[in-house]
Amino acid sequence: MTTDPPTRDARLSGWGRTAPTRARLAAPRDLADLAALVAKAPPRGLIARGLGRSYGDAAQNAGGVVVDCAALPPRWTLDERAGEVTATAGVSLHDLMRALVPRGWFVPVTPGTRYVTVGGAIAADVHGKNHHADCSFGAHVRSLTLVTADGRARVLGPGDPLFWATVGGMGLTGLIAEATFGLIPIETSRMRAETERTRDLDHTLELMTAADRSHRYTVAWIDLLATGARTGRGVITRGDHARRDDLPRGTPALDFAPGTRLAAPPYLPGGLLNRLTVRAFNELWYARAPRRRRATIQPIAPFFHPLDSVRDWNRIYGPRGFVQYQFVVPTGAEDTLRRVVARLAERGVVSFLTVLKRFGAGTPAPLSFPMPGWTLALDIPAGLPGLAALLRELDERVAAAGGRVYLAKDARLRADMLPAMYPRLDEWRKIRRGADPDGRFRSDLARRLDL
Amino acid sequence: MRNALGTVDTVLLLGGRSEIGLAIVERLVRDGARKVVLAARERPAESDGGPAERLRELGADVLAVDFDAARPETHAAVIDAAAEFAGDLDVIISAFGVLGDQARYDADPVAAAESVQVNLAGHVSAGLAAARRLREQRHGTLVVLSSVAGVRVRRANFVYGAAKAGLDGFAQGLGDALHDSGARVMIVRPGFVIGRMTAHLPRGPMPTTPGAVADAVVAGLREGRRVVWAPAALRLVWVVLRLLPRAVWRRLRR
Repeated sequence: MTTDPPTRDARLSGWGRTAPTRARLAAPRDLADLAALVAKAPPRGLIARGLGRSYGDAAQNAGGVVVDCAALPPRWTLDERAGEVTATAGVSLHDLMRALVPRGWFVPVTPGTRYVTVGGAIAADVHGKNHHADCSFGAHVRSLTLVTADGRARVLGPGDPLFWATVGGMGLTGLIAEATFGLIPIETSRMRAETERTRDLDHTLELMTAADRSHRYTVAWIDLLATGARTGRGVITRGDHARRDDLPRGTPALDFAPGTRLAAPPYLPGGLLNRLTVRAFNELWYARAPRRRRATIQPIAPFFHPLDSVRDWNRIYGPRGFVQYQFVVPTGAEDTLRRVVARLAERGVVSFLTVLKRFGAGTPAPLSFPMPGWTLALDIPAGLPGLAALLRELDERVAAAGGRVYLAKDARLRADMLPAMYPRLDEWRKIRRGADPDGRFRSDLARRLDL
Repeated sequence: MRNALGTVDTVLLLGGRSEIGLAIVERLVRDGARKVVLAARERPAESDGGPAERLRELGADVLAVDFDAARPETHAAVIDAAAEFAGDLDVIISAFGVLGDQARYDADPVAAAESVQVNLAGHVSAGLAAARRLREQRHGTLVVLSSVAGVRVRRANFVYGAAKAGLDGFAQGLGDALHDSGARVMIVRPGFVIGRMTAHLPRGPMPTTPGAVADAVVAGLREGRRVVWAPAALRLVWVVLRLLPRAVWRRLRR
């Protein structure tokens, strides 16, 4: 005899802790539960949620059902011959790395945190420091199982339009149950990394372009509070998986044990991150980086996921939370990037983690974020006066340059900007309507942006 | 949906000709609201450049619907029509009301009862219908235009004050009833507002304007406040006024 999956009332927000809403949170136990939840979808619909790392309202559904996919029993199987893994949607990249790294395999793409699920990585088509070399997560998915609005579990591959509407589709085509994706073979669990300071934005762009030719992983941290001739100065990090020969003889090559995690206290007041503290941090961070490139060997965790060592770090922004603004402008629109950086610097926007990355070619997914060009991501306290108008102004500049903002980070874009930023929006809508004619899959993000 | 920075998409104004109500809506549209429903008893002519036209010029889609505060049996349908047009209602502003004249009410008890019908009973039926919708959505704010007149009722306008006192109590109770639903109620207590409704009256102490009240309401919405006094200093003034002995209170001229 089967019973309905357990549900409870929950107030849910994204990682930025802004604009929470209430919904029924369901904890499915298996594939049959996913189908049952879809069949019994309430009028306000349902949406999948993983580990809640989307910054905005992508995994919230006010008045409807939110499916806690992280509650699904975690299962994965490794096929070493094919170099691929099959995992249920709620398995986190953290768990996968703990299991796979000691066996000599690494995930094809990791965002700035390991605490994302496989389902979430596909739905947001996440990217990492290797985008210029390896594209985004969706490019490595070989097949996925999607529970669609009719309750069927469909197995989809890169030949299906619905597959690509699901990659980057923000969960609005159905519930991803499991996926098979390719892995990267590694000889060690270390990174051979090099860091170097840059003088200004042009210098940063020049070094990034050069670094992309020689390294698999590249990223730049930008000191947004530097103004004048130093606007856009930063620290570049390049890296590759270390080879066996790079390690001293006798060191265990494939151990993976990310350090125990510090936790941010449950309540922190707002205003901790202000111009003074962020300026101090930026000066320190910049000064710490070597003037000339210097190579080090470091473990995977600090190279890819420095913030994961502090649990609940999002609380340092205080009770009002923060927004992340991430946009991309195509190659050739460097002037727009320069103007946006100058504008942010001039307005004194306090962002203590501003990250610049050069993207390579994107996937065929109509709603996927990456495109060849430059992407900049910054965290801003939500209470900053005048922020709404400033970001709207930046939206206009980005859209005019043929760029877009990242929906997995977004919590404040206006719906009327979307068609310009995502020119294939109608194509995506058509595929989605075909798979979900009654709009059973709904989220606060979908309502806000008329997706 | 209300976004991370407190900007909303959709607004329903009950009392579509209220100066304060329209000032709030105009600010919300300037901040990014896209769909507005104006519910009023007499629909302004579409051509005369009325409030609907002004809001359209600011970029909003505007729907005007008939709304009669004195006909509670129609209120649920007004909320439904608004939701049909706008989708989720992010902000519902309950701003209708009549001030009237105490001397006239003293002479005409029927007119007095009719004013209470609008100022209190109308808000009860409209507020409950709005709350039902917000409870389904599990998000959204009902803004109730109360008044300092209801904080402690004065001899000078006790029919109006009594209705506002009832309304304020209703709104507090409704806010508590919606606790944990995701929806909320925000009570606005303006002091003397210079405007059409008070044009015939001598100016009260610490006067304010519809625009200033609207600024306070919009800031309150952004911060998720439950009570907004306009001007803010009235909150402290009324702490004192509430403590005045009855014999002194009775003698207040206004």
